[in-house]
Amino acid sequence: MTVYQPNRLDKGGLIDRSTPLDFTFDGKHLTGFAGDTLASALVANGVTLVGRSFKYHRPRGILTAGSEEPNALVELRSGNRREANTKATTTELYYGLEAQSQNRWPSLAFDVMSVNQLFSPIFVAGFYYKTFMWPAKFWEKLYEPAIRRAAGLGRPSGLADPDHYEKAWAHCDVLVVGSGASGLAAALAAGRTGARTILAEEDSRAGGRLLSDQGEIDGVSARDWVEGALAELASLPNVRLMTRTAVFGVYDGGTYGALERVNDHVPVPPRHQVRQRLWRIVAKRCVVAAGAVERPIVFSGNDRPGVMMASAVRTYIDRFAARPGRNLAVFANNDDAWKTVEAAHRAGIGIAAVVDVRKELTQAQRTLAQAAGFPVLNGVIHDVHGGAKGVSGIEVQLASGKRETIAADCLAMSGGWNPAVGLSSHHRGRPKWREDIAAFVPGDDIPAGMVVAGAANGAFSLDACLREGHEAGAAAAAGSGGRKAAGNAAVAANPDDALSIAPVWHVEGKHKAFVDFQHDVTASDVALAQREGFESVEHLKRYTTLGMATDQGKNSNVTGLAIMAEVSGRSIPQTGTTIYRPPQVPVAIGALAGHNRDEKFHAARQAPSNHWAAERGAPFVDTGLWKRAQWYPLPGENDWLTSVNREVVTVRNGVGFCDVSTLGKIDVMGPDAGTFLDRVYINLFSTLAVGKARYGLMLRDDGIVMDDGTTSRLAEDHYFMTTTTAKAGPVMQYLEYCRQVLWPELDVQLTSCTDQWATFSVAGPKSRDLLRNIVDPAEDLSNEGFPFMGVREVPLRGGMYARLFRISFSGEMAFEISVPARYGDALARNLMIAGEPFGVIPYGTEALGVMRIEKGHVAGPELNGTTTADDLGLGKMASKKKDFVGRVMATREALVAPDRQVVVGIKPVDKARRLRSGAHIIPKGAIVGPDTDQGYVTSVCHSPMLGQWVGLGLVERGRERFGEIVRAHDPLRGEDYDVEICNPVFYDPEGGRQRG
Amino acid sequence: MRIACPFCGERENGEFTYLGDAKPQRPAMVALDAGVGASGEQEAFYDYVYLRDNVAGEMSEYWYHGGGCRSWLVVQRNTMTHEISSVKAAAGTGAAAVKASARS
Amino acid sequence: MKYSIFSLARAALSGHRNWSRTWRDPQPKSHYDVVIIGGGGHGLATAYFLAHTYGIRNVAVLEKGWIGSGNAGRNTTIIRSNYMLPGNTGFYELSMKLWERMEQDLNYNTMVSQRGIVNLYHSDAQRDAFARRGNVMRINGIDAELLDQAQIRRMMPFLNFENARFPIQGGLWQPRGGTARHDAVVWGYAHAADKYGVDIIQNCEVTGFTHDQNGKITGVETSRGKIGAGKVGMAVAGSSSRVAAMAGLRLPIESHVLQAFVSEAIKPLLPGVVTFGAGHFYVSQSDKGGLVFGGDLDGYNSYAQRGNMPVMEDVCEGGMALMPMIGRVRLLRQWGGIMDMSMDGTPIIDRTPVDGLYLNAGWCYGGFKATPGSGLVFAQLLATDTPHEEAKRFRLDRFQRGAMIDEKGQGAQPNLH
Repeated sequence: MTVYQPNRLDKGGLIDRSTPLDFTFDGKHLTGFAGDTLASALVANGVTLVGRSFKYHRPRGILTAGSEEPNALVELRSGNRREANTKATTTELYYGLEAQSQNRWPSLAFDVMSVNQLFSPIFVAGFYYKTFMWPAKFWEKLYEPAIRRAAGLGRPSGLADPDHYEKAWAHCDVLVVGSGASGLAAALAAGRTGARTILAEEDSRAGGRLLSDQGEIDGVSARDWVEGALAELASLPNVRLMTRTAVFGVYDGGTYGALERVNDHVPVPPRHQVRQRLWRIVAKRCVVAAGAVERPIVFSGNDRPGVMMASAVRTYIDRFAARPGRNLAVFANNDDAWKTVEAAHRAGIGIAAVVDVRKELTQAQRTLAQAAGFPVLNGVIHDVHGGAKGVSGIEVQLASGKRETIAADCLAMSGGWNPAVGLSSHHRGRPKWREDIAAFVPGDDIPAGMVVAGAANGAFSLDACLREGHEAGAAAAAGSGGRKAAGNAAVAANPDDALSIAPVWHVEGKHKAFVDFQHDVTASDVALAQREGFESVEHLKRYTTLGMATDQGKNSNVTGLAIMAEVSGRSIPQTGTTIYRPPQVPVAIGALAGHNRDEKFHAARQAPSNHWAAERGAPFVDTGLWKRAQWYPLPGENDWLTSVNREVVTVRNGVGFCDVSTLGKIDVMGPDAGTFLDRVYINLFSTLAVGKARYGLMLRDDGIVMDDGTTSRLAEDHYFMTTTTAKAGPVMQYLEYCRQVLWPELDVQLTSCTDQWATFSVAGPKSRDLLRNIVDPAEDLSNEGFPFMGVREVPLRGGMYARLFRISFSGEMAFEISVPARYGDALARNLMIAGEPFGVIPYGTEALGVMRIEKGHVAGPELNGTTTADDLGLGKMASKKKDFVGRVMATREALVAPDRQVVVGIKPVDKARRLRSGAHIIPKGAIVGPDTDQGYVTSVCHSPMLGQWVGLGLVERGRERFGEIVRAHDPLRGEDYDVEICNPVFYDPEGGRQRG
Repeated sequence: MRIACPFCGERENGEFTYLGDAKPQRPAMVALDAGVGASGEQEAFYDYVYLRDNVAGEMSEYWYHGGGCRSWLVVQRNTMTHEISSVKAAAGTGAAAVKASARS
Repeated sequence: MKYSIFSLARAALSGHRNWSRTWRDPQPKSHYDVVIIGGGGHGLATAYFLAHTYGIRNVAVLEKGWIGSGNAGRNTTIIRSNYMLPGNTGFYELSMKLWERMEQDLNYNTMVSQRGIVNLYHSDAQRDAFARRGNVMRINGIDAELLDQAQIRRMMPFLNFENARFPIQGGLWQPRGGTARHDAVVWGYAHAADKYGVDIIQNCEVTGFTHDQNGKITGVETSRGKIGAGKVGMAVAGSSSRVAAMAGLRLPIESHVLQAFVSEAIKPLLPGVVTFGAGHFYVSQSDKGGLVFGGDLDGYNSYAQRGNMPVMEDVCEGGMALMPMIGRVRLLRQWGGIMDMSMDGTPIIDRTPVDGLYLNAGWCYGGFKATPGSGLVFAQLLATDTPHEEAKRFRLDRFQRGAMIDEKGQGAQPNLH
């Protein structure tokens, strides 16, 4: 269903008329051509009203033709791909494109919220700071919800983004940002030297303003020169052209962030392709040739649909063969706007009038006016007539004092050009003011390795752009990887194409004159801000919201501060700019996240027996990045507690095994290994006999417990350390610090081998019997042959070797057996077979936790980063024979105070009562309050051996209070019950079971 | 930020972990029979563990290449600009001179 | 002119030409009873409470740039009082109570919005830690609820409940938590303090201190000349070490960069503040519609007020993991503030060893939410030389005594707090 495009010019334009593309805007079917943007297609279809503004819901049209667009924002696509605030001006048209206008209800043409305009005398800048204060309760309930509903722009999809994103790195000698005249010249110069060059262009095609402006370079038309330049670049293997790629940020060390819109120009990304790609480009040098942004003039009615930037009008005519109007008026203060007059005239568009604030015209301008027969008026625009659907005429205030009204259906305005100083200011450099072009240009403190060329540097003539681009590209290449000659710079036909400008920022008029279109900040808002003392540009921005819209102030910032300078009687450079911050263009959050979402947010570390555990139906729990089997349900067991109780009872009466491979493991080797460990542990390890293991405790230098674990001595110069699962990484890093930074004189080496070993705890009175079926029968596993805390390498039946440690976390006779990680799965299966006669079961982390609490062993909840060794009941471990990390600071007064909270056992007085972690301990009879809060329950379990819930807690003076009944106060869960403070070792306090 | 690890080459700072100022020197380990609880011991550690010059400008600092070779590095970096002027291995830069008696 | 809908309507009739300055622009006097260094939220609030509560009105606030140009203007605007350690709990609740009456106290709409804050948990261990914390809050008379997954789902159905790497199990909910308009807090305190005669002096950088022969501070040297002072209070978080160094002090503080981010404005989506428990991401939505979010420090000392990509990516990964619907929402702006990171993650409000110099520093992540409370307790300390009951643990010598207030249990490693 191809629709007639009333404003499409008959010829010209970089569009493919043989490929019509149907699309819809607010449900209406329209047609454009391949090569169009959504905005150019709307222009070609005669659509002028495209959106509503933020605050007053004023009707708005298309203002620009680039990524600085403040008005023409749409909700693009639908369903879970709906994308709010999408700029029509940078959206490539594709077949079936769906776009909706936004911030209006019920329709774009009739928007109820435009009633806000009636209140606009009150809704001035910052009005909300002065009202909505009474009564206080009304803010959240009434005022704020109303404000929130009215604010915002587009609606997010509210659904998970179905598309994929990825991240990539690129490295080069020279990164060129922008592919207009300067950028192409820079890339050619750099590329010819052999330097590895990346040319990044945010548009879908390279050429920049050369695609929209006429001109002659090296004797051919600008467009032909672009084609030639691209062909040469394509022939250079060291040059990479990246279109649809916007460089959005300058980070440290020559790192540039860039976003490639890989598949935004098609309805849906093809299978297995990403929507967008985040690039981290590391460049030795960078040439910023990002051009300039034309700025509006602030006058009454400057926001009406049909008022457009002069350069955009030219782009629509020349690049897209789309006519923004049939009878064009132009309001300008500089020569550049006259190129739009020429383009319109060439395209056969009527020129209603040119209003120029400058008296003097060039000969060429006068000739054009005569030939085309339009009046040139020396003056300013007083008002713009028309309505929501467009402009009907302009009212001109002539320099002579008279007013004149002229019919027109489109007004092109040009207040001059602002060089794109964003990227060059990302390291908080301040741009400097140039009076001759009435614009800020990059200052002296731009990021290291960067050079700015062309219009971005304030060079507005084509000739200067080509020259600066070439010089910058050659210099950047010479400073990085270029070896060969850069060749000659291209030359423009008209070398004296300098900009003549008479700065005019604001014209007094009848109605609202907008500075920031999207946020509805007017010239009088700026004046009000000044009156109220918000004179600093940052205060101005924050008080009026000027420049905080999705165009990031590209249209409004400089104009706003110029008006502030005017009203406060300061110069523009005195007034200064706000800080330019990344991203230079808004970037989808999905692209910054890449693949790291959903299950792939973080890697999952799998313990060696997890596959086998999954076969047995074990649920898994996240422990850091690890997945650990939580329990192993048997058929018929429907709740976790049944399974866990069974596992505990089976281990305590028979035998079970648990995958404990997640504990950190570190080989500590070398002649000084013992000395090293003596320093990092509070207890002695140099005296540990070969073939023995010892429990160790480490402190931080501030005297607080860092970690614990069992460390064994496998040989005179070889210790094998284990850490907690959570602290494996930090402890390794810390030990390396000690070794490399603090005590390099110690001859010791550290190797993390957490992932190299599969380790199973085999626990229970029958553990030895089971192991005899696994270990070579020649090995003596008896109490004498393999005593408690013994360690040695043993051959297994079948010939492979394992490390066997007789250590116990459960309090039962227990062993830990380690085999190379790849045999972990097989070992688990073999333990099941070998243990069948003894009724072996696997047990998970829950049963592990129950047994450690029954035994009063401390773990993560007690080693919480604020407890001392003594708090944990381990103070006596500290050696008095040697120095160790943390010794000195552990003795500070508050760390040895008698009223510290220390680890105790806690059990409910009512044995049927469930105990919960996080309940606080309040003395009986005390009033609940911060002063009577004496501690809390750290860990709990249901002990099948004791037949009740028990737990550990940190309680003030706890060790003196065994037997005292206190309250477990748990207001969060509405509970308060009596508990007894007791010895934390609930089960086998003498420890006879583990010694066998 | 790019840190030129002397062993691995230049890498993004995301591969590294930061510790902080490399200037504070850890008081030496002591032999416990000689001067335990010596006066000033806690003050010296207070200074080492807690007080910082918090330099605004050139600072030498510890970074750990945990995403690479596991080396501790001393990086000379400007905290105002993030510019890095040198990177070297941190062998033995962090502790006060070890007294002979401390070697147990 | 008192601010109200009536004065606004009257002003509208005259085209808003009658509004006067929100605060005066005075020349510095030669001497003040109290000089506050730092025209951020804390400094201005301190001046306000000195004048309002303690009757000390001969006060100047010196700001080297424009007021609110430091962390007051660069934060993510969250207010809450969900702290668990003695010292913090009561102080942040004091602050919360002052937030709740701020607009009426100041006659300025600071848009305090108590839409609630939820800290999500993803494991039993996290739930237990939140239970401990929530119970402390309740014991201190602070609102807190422990929500399960179903309750979270009802509140925020758009979170990832389907295929998350770390499934949401529930959350700790403080209904009175929320946000406030950060700049307005600065302007509101400036406005109210100015009405009491406090001189707010912008573009006035302190370059040194003046002392008498006993070493007592007698004033400050500034870019606008010497200014005498009976007492000098520092409220310059981000620059604390630099200013303290002028008085010969070294502090247990490091300056780090914390980045924050805001998206393009979208229609209302998020009811309150959400923090992810399995990644570095927290988010709220401003009244204008932008998602305001952040994560952890970049991790290295910095005064550059800007960060790098690894943390930006890390934060966005957290965001996508938690709410995969924001994939197509665009990041509009990122910025970095200088965080005064103390050695235990907790602020310092105390006299210093230098007579006449008072310190308010080390705010870590808690600075904005502390603004009114910090102002009140610092004002009391300056006015009476005795610490406020709710700030008595924020002592400078607590590290020497071993009385750290370490909510995260990370020890003397500022970038981990």
